Amino acid sequence: MRPEVALPVLLPLLSGAISLLFWRSRPMQRFIAVAGNIAFLIVSLWLFTTTLSEGYVTMQMGSWPAPFGITLIADMLSAVMVLMTGIIGLAMGIYSLATTGRGHEKFGYYPLMHLLLAGVAGAFLTGDIFNLYVWFEVMLVASFALLILGGERAQMEGAIKYVTLNLLASVIFLTAVGLLYGTVGTLNMADIALRMNAVEHNGMVEVLAVMFMVAFGIKAAAFPLFFWLPASYHTPPVAVSALFAGLLTKVGVYSLFRVFTLIFDQSMGYLQEIMLWGAVLTMVTGVLGAAAQYEFRRILSFHIVSQIGYMILGLALYTPLAIAGGVFAIMHNIIVKTNLFLISGITHRLQGTYQLKKMGGLYKERPWLAVAFFISAFSLAGVPPLSGFFAKFVIVRAGIEAEAYVVTAIALGVGLLTLYSMVKIWNEVFWKSLPEDNQVPESNTPSGDDGRLIKPSLWMMYLPVVVLALFSVLIGILAEPIMHVMTTIGDQLLAPRGYIDAVLGVSASAEDALLIPSELQVEIISGGDAP
Amino acid sequence: MEPVMALAIGIMYATAIFMMLRRSIVKLVIGLLLLSNAANLLIFTTAGMTRGAPPLIPEGMVQPMGDVADPLPQAVVLTAIVIAFGVLAFAVVLIRRAYEVVKADDMDKMKDTDT
Repeated sequence: MRPEVALPVLLPLLSGAISLLFWRSRPMQRFIAVAGNIAFLIVSLWLFTTTLSEGYVTMQMGSWPAPFGITLIADMLSAVMVLMTGIIGLAMGIYSLATTGRGHEKFGYYPLMHLLLAGVAGAFLTGDIFNLYVWFEVMLVASFALLILGGERAQMEGAIKYVTLNLLASVIFLTAVGLLYGTVGTLNMADIALRMNAVEHNGMVEVLAVMFMVAFGIKAAAFPLFFWLPASYHTPPVAVSALFAGLLTKVGVYSLFRVFTLIFDQSMGYLQEIMLWGAVLTMVTGVLGAAAQYEFRRILSFHIVSQIGYMILGLALYTPLAIAGGVFAIMHNIIVKTNLFLISGITHRLQGTYQLKKMGGLYKERPWLAVAFFISAFSLAGVPPLSGFFAKFVIVRAGIEAEAYVVTAIALGVGLLTLYSMVKIWNEVFWKSLPEDNQVPESNTPSGDDGRLIKPSLWMMYLPVVVLALFSVLIGILAEPIMHVMTTIGDQLLAPRGYIDAVLGVSASAEDALLIPSELQVEIISGGDAP
Repeated sequence: MEPVMALAIGIMYATAIFMMLRRSIVKLVIGLLLLSNAANLLIFTTAGMTRGAPPLIPEGMVQPMGDVADPLPQAVVLTAIVIAFGVLAFAVVLIRRAYEVVKADDMDKMKDTDT
């Protein structure tokens, strides 16, 4: 019984349920949004420290022995991802207090936020591939509802694309799970990995790998499957945008990392080439798309796509160092991207628009906001000594060591173009003076509000921004201990034995015991000794 | 039995994709519905079909007599049906709201957020 593995899933579910009980009480829901997310952050820290000392933490749900029951497992990758979820969850809980309109709060904004976090944490921690699908759906349904809260035309149009493509990805994923079960006869990921060795490598394995790649590729917004993202991420209220930008695509990337290191480790072959060039094209199209935009949040949305490319590049290079760099990029991007969206929310509150052309003069007005943006933006572009520099440095170094010179050169060039986009925002929003035709609203209202004027409670918006910007600097300063954790992740992912042993028990993966699990299964099913 | 099922599933996937490629959002949702049902049937079929042998243990025995059907894919399909039901219920409400806002049942009229 290891409660720390289950708690990151259970706590947000519980907060969501309690929040639902207080449907009519706005103060209670707001209180739970913060208190529940603080508790979530604490348990994710607990999970992180335990995993750091033990390597793997597993728990069999209902004490059904693996591979029959559902396994929850945290390795370093899961633990880091859950910790990031905790940090972002708390930041969003506080930020939402100031930005969410009453209309949204009345229709269940906070319960949905908790549910979304539960889905994300569940996806990171499950060790069962069908259970992963279920958590994906939990997360998706919550995100659908959050996306359309408010019901403006742009939201509806964005939501239709978002819903359709994500459901399509889910069905492809489900189909692949069905075919995988038909091939290996188990749903436990560790057990699948074990039996994949025994499966004859006919075309079926490649088909399965491609189906998983497409399904997670859509969810991660990789080229050429990313079109739903820039069409929808700029439409909801900014807190929702930030939450999505920070976490949702990363769940897709996480699943790619998990499936393509654990299950399809031997059958990479030409798939690796596809993934490599897919990653390169993701980086390039994302950054070029951003260069053409003049809407704050759309620029940032395209940069999500571009950054996803770096993460997948880390996976596609497939060396321990590259994977460490890829995970470093995920971690850094979750913090920085969320923060940029949060800043766009503040500038929107101050100037009433997301159009860069209509904004300006904020450097003079709000110098500290400019500093926070400067840190996040230049971190995204990979300027030392901020967090993005080390993520990029590790990936580039891994690329050179793997002698993938062209790919590495493109990755560096994309970094330069990222800088261009960020400088564009800097110039337009902070540096140039405010255009004369922009009427800055005297008292601002949160977007989606019913027109009621409220006093801008900016400190609740500034607090998460400042803290996340500090995190970005801290990750840069503490790069060495963090890199140590990332190296552990790279080693763990490329040596799936540890994961398999942790789930199935130590003896299961010994070379000569390859056939024992299936015999065991027959015995347990037919012997009637099952619990 | 399997070849018939395979054929039926193939037709369902094809129909679903055809429907999803139409411009009407109603047909889009019908396509999604067919697609999720096709996936459920696929899981059911690939896991192996056993006729007339429910996975039940007769009273007084500790193991089933002879071969029985695999209960796991049934549990999986059941879960998937429930999820698909919930999600499609949402999708139906979504297209209704979208129709009210956009006043058109046409994907081509919903390109405002693309550029």
